Amino acid sequence: MSNPLLEIRDVTLGIGRTGPKIVKGANLAIAPGEIVGIVGESGSGKTMLGRAVLGLSPAPISMTAGEIYFKGAAYSGMSEPEMRALRGAGVTMVFQEPMTSLNPAMRIGRQLEEGLELHGNIGRKERKARMLDMLRRVGIADGERALAAYPHEFSGGMRQRIMIASAMLMRPALLVADEPTTALDAVTQRDVMDLLVDLTREFGTAVILISHDLPMVARYCSRIVVMQTGEIVEMGETAELLGAPKHDYTRKLLASLPMRASARALPETRPIVSVEKLKVDFAARSGLFGRGGVKHAVRDVSLDIRPGEVLAVVGGSGSGKTTLARVIAGLTGHQGGHVLFNGHGIRPGSAGYDDYRRNCQMVFQDPFSSLDPRMKVGALIAEGLQALHDVPSSEHAARVEKALESVALNASFASRFPHELSGGQRQRVAIARALIRRPSFVIADEAVSALDVTVRAQILKLLADLQSQFGFACLFITHDLSVVEQIADRVVVMHEGRIVEEGSRDEILDRPRHDYTRRLLSAIPVLDTTPAGGVELRWRTELGQGAKAFAD
Amino acid sequence: MRPVAPNLVIGLALTGLVGAMALLGAFWTPYDPLAMNFASRLAPPSWSYWLGTDEFGRDQLSRLMLGASASVKISILTVILAISSGTIIGIVSGFLRGWPDRIIMSLNDALLAFPGLLFALGLLAVLGANENGIILSLGLVYMSSVVRVVRGTVLSLREREFVEASYVMGNSLSFTMRRHILPNCIAPLTVLATSMCGWTLLAESALSFLGLGVAPPMPTWGNMLAGSRSFLDQAVWLVIFPGLTISLALLGINLLGDALRDRLDPRMRRRVG
Repeated sequence: MSNPLLEIRDVTLGIGRTGPKIVKGANLAIAPGEIVGIVGESGSGKTMLGRAVLGLSPAPISMTAGEIYFKGAAYSGMSEPEMRALRGAGVTMVFQEPMTSLNPAMRIGRQLEEGLELHGNIGRKERKARMLDMLRRVGIADGERALAAYPHEFSGGMRQRIMIASAMLMRPALLVADEPTTALDAVTQRDVMDLLVDLTREFGTAVILISHDLPMVARYCSRIVVMQTGEIVEMGETAELLGAPKHDYTRKLLASLPMRASARALPETRPIVSVEKLKVDFAARSGLFGRGGVKHAVRDVSLDIRPGEVLAVVGGSGSGKTTLARVIAGLTGHQGGHVLFNGHGIRPGSAGYDDYRRNCQMVFQDPFSSLDPRMKVGALIAEGLQALHDVPSSEHAARVEKALESVALNASFASRFPHELSGGQRQRVAIARALIRRPSFVIADEAVSALDVTVRAQILKLLADLQSQFGFACLFITHDLSVVEQIADRVVVMHEGRIVEEGSRDEILDRPRHDYTRRLLSAIPVLDTTPAGGVELRWRTELGQGAKAFAD
Repeated sequence: MRPVAPNLVIGLALTGLVGAMALLGAFWTPYDPLAMNFASRLAPPSWSYWLGTDEFGRDQLSRLMLGASASVKISILTVILAISSGTIIGIVSGFLRGWPDRIIMSLNDALLAFPGLLFALGLLAVLGANENGIILSLGLVYMSSVVRVVRGTVLSLREREFVEASYVMGNSLSFTMRRHILPNCIAPLTVLATSMCGWTLLAESALSFLGLGVAPPMPTWGNMLAGSRSFLDQAVWLVIFPGLTISLALLGINLLGDALRDRLDPRMRRRVG
């Protein structure tokens, strides 16, 4: 590159002078206006590299070797006031959590204005005009009202738009975006990214996009940098890197992208779970004395799940999908309609209640809170057997060992506490606990959303394997359509408490009829494998009709 | 094996010392703690009277030892009463929610709002100023804070996924409570119980000081401190030693409580490597 905007040369970041290295000898140059993605899993050092570009390495971490140049000027030669002048006007950052990166006690207007006051002499009127203009550009129509509002008055997506507005107000030459959309649902995620890319292109701002989400990075970046345990293992033009990956780790990342499994034929049988005209309302309190408004979480939902089938329920946040799962699991009551399990009601005392409790199990979203922190793994898993009185307690240890083996953990894990395990291992334990009874029906509520990409792929594969081995039916709740591609037989799409579309997986993914489904689908790529062992991504357009409508 | 925490060692040593003193004091003391000896009244610490004597010539060490058994017994029984009754009420309230919770918590808040010592004084007037009266009234006063802590913990625990997982497994309410909720209340309760031991020692001293505690000539740390105030200028050791004993006992109990909380929490036991 002849005249790079930013140059990272042999940068090593370590804890203290002699401690462990977080980033090892990174080299990267970024041209003006270029969008570069850095991908890697948690612990790969991508976030710390991004922080170093801002000259903001957190306390014990510092640059122990190498140099960063911004427009040819070395960071090490800059004084603290010069660094401050560089941040904001030259380099700026958008963080992952819009809730914590905006000050909850300050009005939006004050927070936006702060940066303008610090950098450059602009009059009060001019400042306000600029802020209103920027808010309009990020899609906030009523700018006056927004300036007077507090952060909590906005949704996650809106807050992230405000963060982007605040970063772009300075018209920086470089924007570091660290997982800017991870906390948002798929559709909002895409809207926010589109906005970020359009806006930076307009101002000629270069972007370093840090994310674990490879397809998302591939969609917006011209070049991709792959990091693993502190090292840059591969770097290249997007299409080239994806199509013909050279490094093993890149191949592993690509292999963990969800590929569509072939469709299965299931026999027509009596449904194991059938939900009819289900209605769930929540009392929505407002104010001190709460003039009881009602929120309709689930409205007139009917669906059947057949034995051995994997049914995915997809929707954004607030679509009612989790409430539906909780009603079927018996954790939440309902106001109308009914749920039948093997033809019987699921309320305590009904004829088939024992059969229902024995055969309906659940895997929760957050493996950090679904395991009692005071119990060892062995005891946690054995608990599933204790409520059954037909398994003698002398057999418990052997059954626990077998259950651990089935989720690919060795027997020594039985004597560990949950906090000693990684997220993926915990989720395996939660699965073992649910499966030790050999249930005929399992509910998985966002069971893989909290996990890293490669771990997510492993757990999904484990679930799919166990499902075909034990043949249980599964209700899979997710906001992520790419997960659906991998394991679902049938898909139900929920929006605002209702089912808007239902069909076989291939029908929904290839021939979506409802607008909402199309919007969901436009956020995930279609993957084609290339002869060189990589993948090619294609994106569906939101407005497209029928199966073969793809964007270029 | 990780190194033993210093607060555990110091806490154990101090509470052990007080415990030993109380135990020994119940059976044997160097002198008769109640026998007056006007020949040696207000004697300063010496080889024959290690901690000096009081205005009636009674040996202070012997009185502190006998007082320890009374004070320790009162504070332990009070804490047991407050913790057990408070835990039961707190769990019931947190689990049932709705109107039972509202009634229990209104009563409890009323109790909390009343100055504790004043309320105990009132109860003592009814129950009689003796050991049992002190235990009952202080136990009732401190119960209200246990109820608050337990109810809050239960409310947050019952929303956790591992409690829901227990229901999905078909476990009954009472089993879930014993298996998952109660053990997770232990950490906050240990901390509360140890600081409560301290409060009781202090409150017992204060009540004795006001003449509503254990009646003389039976010594407790509190009434020894109270009785010595008129001799401050002549016999400063009469104030120093009971005061020092109370402070050291409190320090020991609090250190032990901290250390116990760390020990009882499995997350603190071994770190992820």
